[in-house]
Amino acid sequence: MPTINLVQAVNQALREEMRRDERIVILGEDVGKDGGVFRATEGLYEEFGENRVIDTPLSESGIIGTAIGMAIYGLNPVPEIQFLDFIYPAFDQIVTNLAKLRYRSGGQYSCHLVVRAPYGGGIKGGHYHSQSSEAYFCHTAGLKVVIPATPYDTKGLLLSSIRDKDPVIFLEPKKIYRSVKEEVPEGEFTVPIGKAKLAREGSDVSIIAYGAMLHVALEAAETARKNGVDVEVLDLRTLIPLDIDAVLATVKKTGRVIIVHEAPKTGGFGAEIAALISEKAIEYLKGPIIRVAGYDTPFPYTLEEFYMPSVPRIMKAIDKLMQY
Amino acid sequence: MSQSRPQVKDKVLQVAGFQKEREMKGEPSKEELIHIYRVMLLTRLFDTKSLNMQRQGRIGFYVPCTGQEASQVGSAFALRRDDWTFPTYRDVGVALIRGASLRSLVAHLMGNSNDPMKGRQMPSHWGFRTINFASVASPIASHLPVAVGVAMAMKFKNEDKVVLAYHGDGATSSGDFHSAYNFAGVYKAPIVFICENNGWAISLPVQRQTASPTLSQKATAYGFEGVRVDGNDVLAVYRATAKAVDKARRGEGPTMIECLTYRLGPHSTSDDPTRYRSREEVEEWKRRDCIEIFRSFLKKEALLSDEEDSRIRKELEEELNSAIAEEEQAPRPAIESIFEDVYSSEPWNIREQFEEAKEDFSKRM
Repeated sequence: MPTINLVQAVNQALREEMRRDERIVILGEDVGKDGGVFRATEGLYEEFGENRVIDTPLSESGIIGTAIGMAIYGLNPVPEIQFLDFIYPAFDQIVTNLAKLRYRSGGQYSCHLVVRAPYGGGIKGGHYHSQSSEAYFCHTAGLKVVIPATPYDTKGLLLSSIRDKDPVIFLEPKKIYRSVKEEVPEGEFTVPIGKAKLAREGSDVSIIAYGAMLHVALEAAETARKNGVDVEVLDLRTLIPLDIDAVLATVKKTGRVIIVHEAPKTGGFGAEIAALISEKAIEYLKGPIIRVAGYDTPFPYTLEEFYMPSVPRIMKAIDKLMQY
Repeated sequence: MSQSRPQVKDKVLQVAGFQKEREMKGEPSKEELIHIYRVMLLTRLFDTKSLNMQRQGRIGFYVPCTGQEASQVGSAFALRRDDWTFPTYRDVGVALIRGASLRSLVAHLMGNSNDPMKGRQMPSHWGFRTINFASVASPIASHLPVAVGVAMAMKFKNEDKVVLAYHGDGATSSGDFHSAYNFAGVYKAPIVFICENNGWAISLPVQRQTASPTLSQKATAYGFEGVRVDGNDVLAVYRATAKAVDKARRGEGPTMIECLTYRLGPHSTSDDPTRYRSREEVEEWKRRDCIEIFRSFLKKEALLSDEEDSRIRKELEEELNSAIAEEEQAPRPAIESIFEDVYSSEPWNIREQFEEAKEDFSKRM
């Protein structure tokens, strides 16, 4: 089985699915001849031509707006937003049209499509190439939000997303686009949307993470093991719909919860997880739910390693909980 | 500042040559002219009635279109059945000429259990899949890139269908207007934009909306043709649209048609236009009422008699009154309709919230 990285998994999923389903069109900035600024769509223009791999004008509202129209008319578009930080001109299209069309038309119309966008920090991208703005989309009824953390899940979840009936915001952790590699089977397989994965079993503390932060959490768990603390790590994989059963299972098992995400702490998705745990399983908690998150500031450039959740920051949270 | 009288060359109803020109291919037959008249009149009656119903508290809100019937009906009449329209909330005339049933329009205004939108949208936010009439959202111009996407998909599938996308003068200032026109131009999408320039975007006159002398000239910058027509001349609107639709169908790309017209009523039932525009201006435009102009033409050409005119009006009024009476009997949508259609299948959180709501609902009903 070939070993591939995360961006190759995106490419493979798109290529294989485009061969199977001729309604799939890719559109975005530099996705065609250039193969995408991260090379996620490399070679697709050559194989499928300019009608299916569409280089668009520099206009995110145009990309998402026209993709919605194509979806309404029965195509299966997979638009790319070059960086999640550039999605805001399309925010109105996503919130006003993409998320609400089925509901507002009483089920007469629907528009399934997958918006792909690289997200997150750690690449020296400053304010506008580093953001993790998943919470905006999680807060909008009608969208699904998927964030894979491994090449296998990237391929399997992207295929599930393309075959789903609802609009999916598919966020790719660009920091680990090339650094995380694993064996991924060629050909068809899917990973279900809405199912978390227990990335590591443990009995003392549960870390709930997703995307690039999964790997920081796993590293912290390994460090904790050396200190005699047995850490469980849950990879959410899908934020909406959240796998509440998996969240509650780990909470009930360890009674100590740390939530890790890069997005700013206040109003981040961690707050939602913490609220759900307090509503549904407060009696199992042995201490406070701790969030290790980005700070409530814009994303900094030079000092980004201090902004992003790190092993030492997670270790501090583990110590605090174990001593509580 | 005020919306000046349109200066356009393509006048049909005021010039003597129409009879001769009617022989050109695609001109409406006598029956079709009467049909257009009927729909314009029905639009006006529906509009008047809906405004009144809102004043009486029978519906919650309404966006009137009186004065703009010619721009709406004349343009949409140029379409084939399998073409698509992307309307604004003001386009009752488009819905009616495309064949929307009065019952469904009234049901929507009432948000009752027969409303195709299931009572989820405020009145005037129509959407009728059966007649390829897209679903309306309030944010201005947000439908335009979507309309272009549908047109691009038609082209992708090698079909010869066309999209007619409506917007007002205010929309031309928005980012989505730019995105949509730009994509339409770049991809030569089979789309025709109908700009109903009614002079006012709520309280802002078109002269404050843009420093462009005309709106139609904006199309030039996107690489396609923009034309101006007298939007109160239903046949001029029809003719310009038919030409543009044929062009789009032949694969020759988009056109913008600026229909110079006037909103005789308020922006919506929440608005008092006397705060921002003069009575004189409204009176001037009332003298150019598009329905009066078309009626005079039909009578002058001996296509419509006084008796026939009164008979049509009476029929339409009866039809409208009976639709309203029937829809007023319909109950509100069921409680579960709040929770349906958010996703293709119901996630656990929505199921949980529905269970909570059921309890609340049973106590308050």
